[in-house]
Amino acid sequence: MNQPLVLGIESSCDETGVGIVRGTTLLANTVSSSMDEHVRFGGVIPEIASRAHLDALVPALREALETAGVTLDEIDALAVTSGPGLAGALMVGVCGAKALSVATGKPLYAINHLVAHVGVGLLDGGVYGGRLPEDLGALLVSGGHTEILRVRNIASDVELLGSTIDDAAGEAYDKVARLLGLGYPGGPAIDGLAREGDPKAFRFPRGLTQPKYMGTAEVPGPHRYDWSFSGLKTAVARCVEQHEAAGKPVPVADIAASFQEAVVDVVTAKAVLACREQGIRNLLLGGGVAANSRLRELTASRCAEAGISLAVPSFSLCTDNGAMVAALAARVIMDGGAPSDLAFAPDSSLPVTTVSV
Amino acid sequence: MILLAIDTSAIASAALLRWHDGDAEAALLAQFATEDTKSHAEVLAPGIRALLDEQGLTGAHVDRIVVGVGPGPFTGLRSGIATARALAFAWDVPLGGLMSLDAVAWDVVASGSSVQTIRGPRSTPASGETDARPLAAPSSDFLVATDARRREVYWGRYTASGALLDGPHVAYPDALPPLPAYGAGAGIYGEKLAAAGAVVVPGFERAQPTAASLGLAAVERLARGQALLDTAPRYLRESDAQVPGPRKKAL
Ligand SMILES: [Zn+2]
Repeated sequence: MNQPLVLGIESSCDETGVGIVRGTTLLANTVSSSMDEHVRFGGVIPEIASRAHLDALVPALREALETAGVTLDEIDALAVTSGPGLAGALMVGVCGAKALSVATGKPLYAINHLVAHVGVGLLDGGVYGGRLPEDLGALLVSGGHTEILRVRNIASDVELLGSTIDDAAGEAYDKVARLLGLGYPGGPAIDGLAREGDPKAFRFPRGLTQPKYMGTAEVPGPHRYDWSFSGLKTAVARCVEQHEAAGKPVPVADIAASFQEAVVDVVTAKAVLACREQGIRNLLLGGGVAANSRLRELTASRCAEAGISLAVPSFSLCTDNGAMVAALAARVIMDGGAPSDLAFAPDSSLPVTTVSV
Repeated sequence: MILLAIDTSAIASAALLRWHDGDAEAALLAQFATEDTKSHAEVLAPGIRALLDEQGLTGAHVDRIVVGVGPGPFTGLRSGIATARALAFAWDVPLGGLMSLDAVAWDVVASGSSVQTIRGPRSTPASGETDARPLAAPSSDFLVATDARRREVYWGRYTASGALLDGPHVAYPDALPPLPAYGAGAGIYGEKLAAAGAVVVPGFERAQPTAASLGLAAVERLARGQALLDTAPRYLRESDAQVPGPRKKAL
């Protein structure tokens, strides 16, 4: 099908997104977030996110169709994130999308959330002008995930090169912001305060960088391109406690800056290493933490040094949204991919090798 | 007119019914129900599509949707409501909710009247005749209880004619009033209910809310001129989230 009109639904975490694309043209990107409801808990509460999805879904559908100026009847195909993500949250979008498919008789495509983050690169006027480059990689950093992917063919051939083995980077920001009394979400709070602090004041650990984990390019260790942030969080907690125990004021700005530097340093170092060794010449940065000023800065400078071209989509397309789901599904359809059987189950740990179910 | 009923408060089920405005009687055209309580998101949409196909109906034929609003385990309950809301949006038809426990209450009252016709009011099951449904019609208020997990039940108290008097609630089974109790929640906790003076009614120890009975109950309610509920899920429990306390300072 040439330029299919696709409606995509996203509900894998705390954002209910409905996006509509025509082929590679973005027509609507409606997002409703339950972030405010998670503030007092200091992190996303899956059950609260799921309840919010249920109430946000139909209003978001209505608004997206209105923004795009199309009716449900005119839509050629439906798409939905089927994983990875929070199981209960995924369930709401999946049930809604399946119901729309039954109601309209339109085909439904179950789409991988992580690959969909790269799908925004397909949009006209976006970072790649509707056509993904060769030798493409993607660095995804958010509250829910931290991954480096190699994208040979976005519709059919995606490989996970590395990922966090414990917390996501954004989750580490939230936990440290809470330790420092900075509130939720932690990313913007720490990013702001870090500008007033000294990033070299404390040398916090860079997880999984010891030789036994890294190995060499020829003989890679078990976690050469992987990250770990739990030890970093513990080190920050210990640092705060030591100041308190000594009766000294906690140097919050210096800790924020040093923590941020540790995260950004190890994230970019390993991502660029993976690109160099795997022949990736083009890197797309996605996920909500792509808004972090220091991450953008250091990724840009290290990519430039390594001769890698870096692309960062606009913020509304970096965070979770339905347009990315629709954009990827449109590509799958244009490549002749088959729709999903309606009996598919949401899969909270769907591997990136499964682009569409 | 055609009514589509959906309930996922325990098992997943859907049903198509034909009824006439103002008439309390409805004809059940087709239904499906799962055995298990965990595959709602997989089976519900294909199940509804199969019901429509089987009856040669399309969305254009559906005049109204009713969905069970619980109480029920969160994720399962939401699958039915999300499905019903999206269908109602796409078809642009009225959508209403009904307490899922009402479906079991409807079965209780209906089974009583049919047994009475067949066997007379005082018949009791012959010994060894385990498959025969005994006289179940309550002569007093009765309870409907479903499994709320975590050793609790969702329950409601109904009049002998099936009107909700009290509930829905979520509670430990030994806190229920001493009345005849119907439903899978009663079956699981028979001993605890007995200790509280409630009696688990034979033949209903495994009864779950079904969309077919929910639809019949909805038609009866509409015929009496009563409105259906909204579709807000009756979770009866908060999310388990804890507001973190202040961090302990190292001193
Ligand atoms: Zn994401």
